[in-house]
Amino acid sequence: MSINVKNIHKQFGEFTALDNISLDFPSGELVALLGPSGCGKTTLLRIIAGLEQADHGDIILDGENASNTHVRDRQVGFVFQHYALFKHMTIFDNVAFGLRMKPKAQRPSESKIREKVFSLLQLVQLDWLADRFPAQLSGGQRQRIALARALAVEPRVLLLDEPFGALDAKVRKELRRWLRKLHDELHITSIFVTHDQEEALEVADRVVLMDHGKVEQVGTPEAVYNHPQTPFVYSFLGSVNVFHGRAEQEYLKVGSEQLRHHNESYGHAKEVFAFARPHELKIVDNSHHEGVSARISRILSFGIETKVELDGLNENSGQHYEVHLSQQQREAQSLLVGQEIKLVPSTLALFPREAVALQPSEKEG
Amino acid sequence: MNTLRQFSVLPGFGLSLGYTLIYLSLIVLVPISAVFVFTSQLSLSEYWQVVTSPRVMASYQLSFGASLLAAGINAIFGVLLAWCLVRYSFPGKKIVDALIDLPFALPTAVAGIALTALYAQNGWLGQIIEGYFGIKVAFTPIGILIALVFIGLPFVVRTVQPVLEEIDTELEEAATSLGASRWQACRYVVLPVLLPAIMTGFALAFARAVGEYGSVIFIAGNIPMVSEITPLMIISKLEQYDYTGATAIASVMLIVSFILLLLINLLQSWAAKLTGRNA
Repeated sequence: MSINVKNIHKQFGEFTALDNISLDFPSGELVALLGPSGCGKTTLLRIIAGLEQADHGDIILDGENASNTHVRDRQVGFVFQHYALFKHMTIFDNVAFGLRMKPKAQRPSESKIREKVFSLLQLVQLDWLADRFPAQLSGGQRQRIALARALAVEPRVLLLDEPFGALDAKVRKELRRWLRKLHDELHITSIFVTHDQEEALEVADRVVLMDHGKVEQVGTPEAVYNHPQTPFVYSFLGSVNVFHGRAEQEYLKVGSEQLRHHNESYGHAKEVFAFARPHELKIVDNSHHEGVSARISRILSFGIETKVELDGLNENSGQHYEVHLSQQQREAQSLLVGQEIKLVPSTLALFPREAVALQPSEKEG
Repeated sequence: MNTLRQFSVLPGFGLSLGYTLIYLSLIVLVPISAVFVFTSQLSLSEYWQVVTSPRVMASYQLSFGASLLAAGINAIFGVLLAWCLVRYSFPGKKIVDALIDLPFALPTAVAGIALTALYAQNGWLGQIIEGYFGIKVAFTPIGILIALVFIGLPFVVRTVQPVLEEIDTELEEAATSLGASRWQACRYVVLPVLLPAIMTGFALAFARAVGEYGSVIFIAGNIPMVSEITPLMIISKLEQYDYTGATAIASVMLIVSFILLLLINLLQSWAAKLTGRNA
């Protein structure tokens, strides 16, 4: 079932949680709402579910305006970050809850309920836990039960609010893969909220990037990662190096130093931010006439790549850079901690400075 | 659980158990056993005669009956009050919150006199109730019930409140998104979690009501066989210097109260187990 969000606006007092958002979620897709905390992604999800009311705008489910339909009647499955399992009920009763709450006329018989609950528990591979209480389960198991419970009422869409947010890294990875597999089996239109870029890029068919109540970019994981359209997307997806400077013809002036860039369209003396990914930076000798000076502060050489962390010098002191080198590059150059070098980008993405609201703390996502 | 002579990183079991036992003995057990010591001066037949005399029998019925009923009323309205205080914010909430504890602080005689003045034939409320509905409140068992509801009010509210605060509204949202109506969400999701707390509050309110004297005595009217409570029977025996008679009745009260409280506690732990808390 398709979901259309039309001009949704939500205000909490002075704070604008959602600023006139319009989005289309095609049938059968698994979409990630990605953004830093406070960007409005959870609010949007709750409005789609009907747990929250928008100030104005419409939610259209399957072509029908559902803005005034009660949660109860929207037929959406909602999965909460902290599972929201009923502690006083067994796992079986938790999953059976939605079926048992149906009006008498639509309620299946107890044997039908049993059948259905066990088929769902098998789907989430936890049928051996039917008689336990939620407190006896691990976090990952609880979230799978929460999912089974939501699926029991055969929802038309599945909404997941930071479903793996409360789990440790290993279980997270496992569940991620499992959710993707489950979606490929069921093909139910699903939206999940996350602040973890890796999770969004790995699991979703499409990613919606949000910041400050606005949609920044929508696209496939590849598209948003390889072609970020806004400075926010650039800095939020993956680590990135920023240069503050002035564009002058084909050069970017960073303090007294200069870098070459290839964006011809930038005119004279424009204040810009320039972005380069860690693998797009080269370390060159200090005598090189182009490049930004920096001092190596740490060299981390585990894994396939070597990570070099650097501190800016001169006008750029206080600025940090990160460069990723392959093992060959690492071996070709003899780098030492404390050494002063210059950084030269192979490519630079420029954005006019006034358009940028950087959040360095969110850089690592 | 910690048993004797077992190593523990958090020691203090022996000390705290010893302290508990001595304290309980001094404060509770010794005075109560004095009741039984005094009572033992009576022969069994004398004892039986005192504790089963018709007036005393009528007073048991009234005392325990009215106390159970009052605790029941408090259980229902206490949950309602706690719900309002936890879930909604409204102007004057702090004042309402403070008002709930007032029956604790008020000298019971003051409460009794105030209630009597209010519900007597010529009182504000008494006039209306008796004039329009023809129901006499003061100097009848109904008056006693009102006094007992008054003094028992804080117990259920204060036991339910913290538990209710801990219940995440997400649980109700989950229930609603699964198709449950508001009533179903309350009945199947919230109430089972509250039940143990409600029962604790019920037991406390009941215990308080059984022992209540000051506030009841004014509004009861103390008509033999109709509106005499058991504590009054004990006092009237004392006033006649019949100490053993008084302690005999007191011993019956103690035993019945103890059994009832024990039952409620058992029921409560059963309910707690049912809600998976001890699982």
